[in-house]
Amino acid sequence: MEVGMHTDSKSRAETGAESGPRGPGCSLRHFACEQNLLSRPDGSASFMQGDTSVLVGVYGPAEVKVSKEIFNKATLEVILRPKIGLPGVAEKSREQLIRNTCEAVVLGALHPRTSITVVLQVISDAGSLLACCLNAACMALVDAGVPMRALFCGVTCALDADGTLVLDPTAKQEKEARAVLTFALDSVERKLLMSTTKGLYSDAELQQCLAAAQTASQHVFRFYRESLQRRYSKS
Amino acid sequence: FNTCFRTVEPLEYYRRFLKENCRPDGRELGEFRTTTVNIGSISTADGSALVKLGNTTVICGVKAEFAAPPTDAPDKGYVVPNVDLPPLCSSKFRSGPPGEEAQVASQFIADVIENSQIIQKEDLCISPGKLAWVLYCDLICLDYDGNILDACTFALLAALKNVQLPEVTINEETALAEVNLKKKNYLNIRTHPVATSFAVFDDTLLIVDPTGEEEHLATGTLTIVMDEEGKLCCLHKPGGSGLTGAKLQDCMSRAVTRHKEVKKLMDEVIKSMKPK
Repeated sequence: MEVGMHTDSKSRAETGAESGPRGPGCSLRHFACEQNLLSRPDGSASFMQGDTSVLVGVYGPAEVKVSKEIFNKATLEVILRPKIGLPGVAEKSREQLIRNTCEAVVLGALHPRTSITVVLQVISDAGSLLACCLNAACMALVDAGVPMRALFCGVTCALDADGTLVLDPTAKQEKEARAVLTFALDSVERKLLMSTTKGLYSDAELQQCLAAAQTASQHVFRFYRESLQRRYSKS
Repeated sequence: FNTCFRTVEPLEYYRRFLKENCRPDGRELGEFRTTTVNIGSISTADGSALVKLGNTTVICGVKAEFAAPPTDAPDKGYVVPNVDLPPLCSSKFRSGPPGEEAQVASQFIADVIENSQIIQKEDLCISPGKLAWVLYCDLICLDYDGNILDACTFALLAALKNVQLPEVTINEETALAEVNLKKKNYLNIRTHPVATSFAVFDDTLLIVDPTGEEEHLATGTLTIVMDEEGKLCCLHKPGGSGLTGAKLQDCMSRAVTRHKEVKKLMDEVIKSMKPK
């Protein structure tokens, strides 16, 4: 892997603006991704969605402690560091969500008795943090060359008091929303890998959000593809 | 079946049962284990409940104390849940600081309380800006055999229904709180959130209420928390194999029936507690 090579890829969603107020309905904020920016980890990525930014480093497959080793597959560890303060119970809960999502896509059976460590650092939080963490983790795993059966992406939906759906909400929209739903979807069949929700909502609203998230995930996957194509075509 | 086969090839052993649409303990794929609940067993707590879901046993104790309300919300009290998974309940837990599973369960219960608005925090305020109740809800698992989240949610709900808070008046002259232990009121429980957990097997099959062994063999888990109007408080799917929207719909309908079963059980228990 060439040290110090940066690929800056920027992409715009179909109807979204680069920054500033979005149109009503479904559109994602401007996102950007940089890979291979840290020299020590085997893979690293920085993902920005609007003003939310997360930096991820991946180490692996590497040596694992005997107490943690699994005989037939790789042990995945996730560490999430908040921007300020010490990691608490909420971070542990998010680490479990991210870890289980990665475990579902990473082909651990190809590297038994090894460990793959994903370290996430929150640089800035302006809404949709968990989705940004998932996207950054996926890009970093790709950068590290960890074998995966599919890519995954995170999408956040917010439902406000009158039932309007907003995708990729800002921090202000999240606070005022009645419910905030975060989904992780895989790239092969758009199946639901992970879901975590806040607030009260009905069954029909859930299906609506899931459908909107599946459409939005297409933009994210297209962005991944373009960004990787640009990177490998340069070399 | 030979017990050696179960130890050597647990997944294959399970698959043989799943093919016949049942499980080794004789249950159907959509059947819950026997649920029992016992309320008010801890006399030193302000409210308590013991829930057994098959072998999984969780006890919840609620203690009420005084505290100053938060400065950014002077008319609200606090509800502080904590889930403890001690080495007593299973060999996979060691003594020491709470492990990941306990922390995740605590966060889950905190989210359920917050999302479902089971208690209006304003009801816990005694004197705005000066005094409010804080309810410490401690959930301790006594026996771990899978599906800890369902048991904890049910135990919390039953314990909160059992909590009686004494009346508190602020004496205007001394500005001290006077507690009248003779006059106690039940909490105003606004909704009844009920959790239903599923385990995903081999990316396609969904089974309800997994035991400890089933959770270990499963490729994913899903927990749905629903209240009586069919509104969802929480859809907790921590990774694992993917699910389609149609499969989620099936889970929703099962969660609705489970809510009815649990509500009926709760009402029976509360009725039996009332003095005749």
